[in-house]
Amino acid sequence: MAEVLVYVDHVDGAVRKPTLELLTLARRIGEPVAVALGPGAENTAAALAEHGAVKVLTHDAAEYADYLVVPKVDALQAAYDAVSPAAVLVPSSAEGKEIAARLAVRIGSGIITDATDLEAGDEGPVATQSAFAASFTTKSRVSKGTPVITVKPNSAAVEAAPAAGAVEALTVTFSDKATGTKVTARTPRASTGRPELTEAAIVVSGGRGVNGAENFSIIENLADSLGAAVGASRAAVDAGWYPHTNQVGQTGKSVSPQLYIASGISGAIQHRAGMQTSKTIVAINKDAEAPIFDLVDYGVVGDLFDVVPQLTEEINTRKG
Amino acid sequence: MSLRIVVTVKYVPDATGDRHFADDLTVDRDDVDGLLSELDEYAVEQALQIAGDADDAEITVLTVGPEDAKDALRKALSMGADKAIHVEDDDLHGTDAVGTSLVLAKAIEKAGFDLVISGMASTDGTAGIVPALLAERLGVPQVTLLSEVSVEDGVVKGRRDGDTASEQLEASLPAVVSVTDQSGEARYPSFKGIMAAKKKPVQSWDLEDLEIEADEVGLEGAWTKVDSATERPARTAGTIVKDEGEGGKQLAEFLAGQKFI
Ligand SMILES: Cc1cc2nc3c(=O)[nH]c(=O)nc-3n(C[C@H](O)[C@H](O)[C@H](O)COP(=O)(O)OP(=O)(O)OC[C@H]3O[C@@H](n4cnc5c(N)ncnc54)[C@H](O)[C@@H]3O)c2cc1C
Ligand SMILES: Cc1cc2nc3c(=O)[nH]c(=O)nc-3n(C[C@H](O)[C@H](O)[C@H](O)COP(=O)(O)OP(=O)(O)OC[C@H]3O[C@@H](n4cnc5c(N)ncnc54)[C@H](O)[C@@H]3O)c2cc1C
Repeated sequence: MAEVLVYVDHVDGAVRKPTLELLTLARRIGEPVAVALGPGAENTAAALAEHGAVKVLTHDAAEYADYLVVPKVDALQAAYDAVSPAAVLVPSSAEGKEIAARLAVRIGSGIITDATDLEAGDEGPVATQSAFAASFTTKSRVSKGTPVITVKPNSAAVEAAPAAGAVEALTVTFSDKATGTKVTARTPRASTGRPELTEAAIVVSGGRGVNGAENFSIIENLADSLGAAVGASRAAVDAGWYPHTNQVGQTGKSVSPQLYIASGISGAIQHRAGMQTSKTIVAINKDAEAPIFDLVDYGVVGDLFDVVPQLTEEINTRKG
Repeated sequence: MSLRIVVTVKYVPDATGDRHFADDLTVDRDDVDGLLSELDEYAVEQALQIAGDADDAEITVLTVGPEDAKDALRKALSMGADKAIHVEDDDLHGTDAVGTSLVLAKAIEKAGFDLVISGMASTDGTAGIVPALLAERLGVPQVTLLSEVSVEDGVVKGRRDGDTASEQLEASLPAVVSVTDQSGEARYPSFKGIMAAKKKPVQSWDLEDLEIEADEVGLEGAWTKVDSATERPARTAGTIVKDEGEGGKQLAEFLAGQKFI
């Protein structure tokens, strides 16, 4: 069976969920061979094997942390040369897309970004994408070269499928361009203890209606009652009420959870671009005419300062 | 020596319009007004600030797009860019990201550059990969997704706010930079700027000028193929209740019914 290269997103050996989803999708088109780079790369092997990786190619070097993107492209290209895969799959993070794009040019291939599903087709893998703020669904494929496809988080359910996952050291020679962009300092983001926004099964978001940074605790309390991630509209972020990293929408994160709860958010097209593919959508807004209500499965027309705390209390009561 | 800045700007259908695909599955540009991608305004703004801080700088705005894409160039010129290049050719219709980066890279090389500044993503394709593709093709450092950028003594520095960390980056010119919408509000063109823009030079290049073969670009030459585009069915109207004191409890009941609680 054809091999499919899967780029592994991990933090010190802890594999992030979108990569496990990728392995599930990869198995539809071939045998996954994982590529894990940087500190802890070898520690990813167990999780990757558990989810179907027949092989795990690993490599660590200071260059991955000290320089931007290109060293990882060099390594992925080395893996590509070693394996000659039928396709290359990369998680659709900002960095993942950049790595995939540069690899595509190097190997003379097309690239499809932000796929939301993937299946085998007569002429190679067929990717589903959503276009124009998720108002259209397209099916596309790469028509020249080896398909390079980046896949969004939450595009498939993670399925265990134990495989060998034999670790092999990858030999990487860095190009002279690898050290072009220096990372001179890095400040890790403090963990909130809440799930990662793009990976969360439930997202609770607040907008301009929340009316102040101090009031975001109302949104956080609801999120915590549901084990959810917290999101925000750009209006709330621009006002300085919540960090930009939590922005949902076109220029923020795009999320596709099982449940999305929007409070005090009008539902501008740029916000919808980032949440319209959520399975179940709920909104709380005091304006019955707010466009967000066109999307909802359940909407409450009312003041969020009344509705959200009552909802949180009710959830906590029901949980006992 | 003058700092030569090239800003890549895309002409896109208005996101608030009724965007859809044409019969050949490319973006329908006839039914919806086009404009300068709002995210590229941030790129123009940073170019203007970098040029303002430099002893001597020249800003060229560059677009690849149909006839109407001149509107995007005019907007950028009215914000304060010095001149414009429009790459226009019937054979470009349907070009994908890999093809677009090929055309942009050839045009940037022909124009001459020290610094390329792009937006973080277009507002139609939204891939966010063209800047990285340009850096790869031009063989220069990529310093992308910056929320803060400055250039001094031939070195570009910036801050990249990623998922797990915030990074300070540094590279020597020439380089390709892309900036996010956190980089600073873009200025509005002044009346004077709009009048001045009318006199600024707009050069037109076609594929021949860039020594690109027609079969390397366009729908036929594309590296990717769209097989179908389907409008998402409108969501079935949901239940909407008015809060009369029990709204939160009613919502909890709904969530419990859906097994979220
Ligand atoms: C290029 C570009 C990119 C953009 N990217 C994004 C993006 O990524 N994400 C994003 O969100 N936006 C983005 N925007 C901005 C977007 O256009 C909207 O301005 C923004 O989403 C509005 O945020 P909001 O819904 O919180 O605020 P508003 O539109 O002001 O809506 C606030 C809502 O809160 C309601 N409300 C007020 N008080 C209460 C109360 N007490 N109880 C209940 N409801 C109340 C109001 O009725 C109103 O509907 C972008 C814009 C541009 C031009
Ligand atoms: C819904 C949709 C999905 C698409 N999916 C794919 C896909 O998966 N693969 C693929 O190869 N193509 C795809 N395309 C085509 C692709 O969008 C165009 O070829 C486009 O010109 C480049 O990609 P982008 O718009 O996503 O740009 P991005 O990579 O998002 O753009 C980033 C920056 O690059 C610069 N830039 C981009 N295009 C131009 C231009 N024409 N002129 C000047 N500067 C420019 C701008 O500074 C912009 O801010 C898609 C198009 C649409 C409408």
